[in-house]
Amino acid sequence: MNGTATRDGSGFQRALDAVLLLAVILAAWQGLYASVGEVAITSPLGTLAEIEQLLGSPVFWGNVGATATALAVSAAISALAGVAAGLALGFHRFAGVVAEPILAALYTLPKVTLYPVVLLVFGLGVSAKIAFGVMHGVIPVVLFTMSAVRNIEPVHLKTARMLKLTAFQTASTILAPAVVPEIFTGLRVGFALTLLGVLIGEMFASQRGLGFMIMNGMNTHDVPTMTAVVVLLIIFAVIVSSLLLTLDRKLHRRG
Amino acid sequence: MSKAGLVRAGMVLGFLLLLELLTRTGVINGLVMIPPSAMAAALWTLLLSGALDAAMAQSFSNIALAFLLSVVLGFAGGLLVHALPRLRRLVDPLLASYYAVPFFVFYPLLVAIFGLNRWPLVAIGFAFGSAAMVIATLNGLDRVPRVLRKVAQVHRLGRAAEIFLVILPAATPHLFTGLKLALAYSFIGVLAGEFILSGGGLGFSIAYAYDGFDNRTMYALMLFVVALAILLNATLHVWEQHLILRRRRP
Repeated sequence: MNGTATRDGSGFQRALDAVLLLAVILAAWQGLYASVGEVAITSPLGTLAEIEQLLGSPVFWGNVGATATALAVSAAISALAGVAAGLALGFHRFAGVVAEPILAALYTLPKVTLYPVVLLVFGLGVSAKIAFGVMHGVIPVVLFTMSAVRNIEPVHLKTARMLKLTAFQTASTILAPAVVPEIFTGLRVGFALTLLGVLIGEMFASQRGLGFMIMNGMNTHDVPTMTAVVVLLIIFAVIVSSLLLTLDRKLHRRG
Repeated sequence: MSKAGLVRAGMVLGFLLLLELLTRTGVINGLVMIPPSAMAAALWTLLLSGALDAAMAQSFSNIALAFLLSVVLGFAGGLLVHALPRLRRLVDPLLASYYAVPFFVFYPLLVAIFGLNRWPLVAIGFAFGSAAMVIATLNGLDRVPRVLRKVAQVHRLGRAAEIFLVILPAATPHLFTGLKLALAYSFIGVLAGEFILSGGGLGFSIAYAYDGFDNRTMYALMLFVVALAILLNATLHVWEQHLILRRRRP
């Protein structure tokens, strides 16, 4: 009984804190709107009305579909290629030592400035967007996977050999539990950056998608649409990241 | 140089030679990419002519400002959030989704706030860099062994003395990761912002060359940016190794 009461209490406190944070954000937004005005941002209420209108428009959903497709494809490529490369580099120690600084340097690169090359190679359209998403998302997955493999305790592998486990048993009972939590962290970080990459790709290399809607809004000074799309994107990113973060913590606690 | 370093240098050199071969033989169209040697030659001419000086000064000063602000305010923010667990629980999901938000979309808003000068770009670099510093500070503070805090209590250190004598040194490796990321992200934020939106700096010069189909200048500048990124990384890597070695010594 007592335990439930405390849990409820902390749950209530959490909800209260979340409401407070939301209130602070909304107040800051309203204040910003009051000081800079319509030219740069829409008020929270105005944005809500605009969002309502967007959600009822088929054009908007078409753009959502375009972004979702590109995001799904590039997230899948980033995840598969990233984990595969990370595993290979993790198990082959020397290759990992050679590759790591190169990967770190690529990670530091402002990839937007390379976008002309991507356009020249892939042309305008969906493949350029996907390439852009993968360029942003794949490296963190490789780096996290590589470090996960490297941090496997040697004694665990020795135990596997001592128990004469088959390769499959070793993989499923020793390796997977050891590396999955950290790989998941990599996928989480990679996903956020993939979304960023796809959006940036759409801002320049596309005539469809949410990134295009934002760019179009910026160019035509359609501030309400731009603000509404940005807010929806932020809400989406926060919700997905929170879910992934919760899963991430569960995995790490279990390990 | 270590064996890994040699292999690494060999791979990069081999890649450059391959590109050179592919572009020289026309397997890669000259309109898509020019040979690396031509990029280097074009960059050399550009650097000597002084045509890049203004753009370089502008980009580098913006990056430096964004980096300094990110580190100082990001560190302070990390300390604050760490001290308030209730705030922390709310901010964590926001920090986790932080880098999915394309900050460039706030440029018009930033121009309305700061005016049409360097500050909107510095703000974008800061927006990119500061969160990494906050996250690294939190990680570092989380990993300060509890026994060290107890030692500080036993010695009756004041709050400031505890931070400077105990917590900061213990959290140094994580803070250094924060410095590295803050620099990388300020670099990315400023150059990307210039590329997309502004009318000056190295990023803008690339976009300008691209719009004018000036492939030589564009690739020369890209080579410059890539070389800068590698140089920054290598410098920080060496410095970090130095710090690690010094920590190991008793």
